[in-house]
Amino acid sequence: MNGALLAAVVLMLTLVGPVYRMVRGPTVFDRMVGVGAVGTTTVILVCLLGRVAERMDMFVDIAIAYAMLNFSGSLVVAKYLDTSREDPPR
Amino acid sequence: MNLAYWIGNALLAGGVAFTLIGSLGLLRLPDFYTRAHAAGKPDTMGVVLSVLGLAVLEGGVLTVTGLKLLLTAAFVAVANPVSVHVLSRAAMRTGLRPWSRRA
Repeated sequence: MNGALLAAVVLMLTLVGPVYRMVRGPTVFDRMVGVGAVGTTTVILVCLLGRVAERMDMFVDIAIAYAMLNFSGSLVVAKYLDTSREDPPR
Repeated sequence: MNLAYWIGNALLAGGVAFTLIGSLGLLRLPDFYTRAHAAGKPDTMGVVLSVLGLAVLEGGVLTVTGLKLLLTAAFVAVANPVSVHVLSRAAMRTGLRPWSRRA
């Protein structure tokens, strides 16, 4: 369990990179990639919290739901940001 | 302790290391497409390795929780590269030019 707690602390320090890219990204696509990376790291963090709280059977469902929401949100925003003139996105 | 403990913790440490490398790439690389590369591949590998390690630590992949963790790893392995690719495609179609040293 202590290994899971140590991994969670290192992952939270790791979140500095995506959050910096989310705040300072020159384009809006950089910000969206930062949001996606934060969501991806959060999936690992939720699973690790399930290991620390010894309720993995509950936390793994939250992790699956979070991964699906992250994926669909990223797809929708990418379709919204696609502003090509010829051949508009479907 | 036993074999599953060491294998699970090694996989977990590998996943955290991959996520750390992806975060460094997201901080340091020069333009959007290279940063999309850093967000697409190392983060996916980090999630897959970490979740597989947790599945081994939680008593193997043949329990219900282990199968759900395996499902999480499989879903992220498919979904995360797709979402980063769709973002890069939107950037390319919008007209964002790739970085080059002469530009």
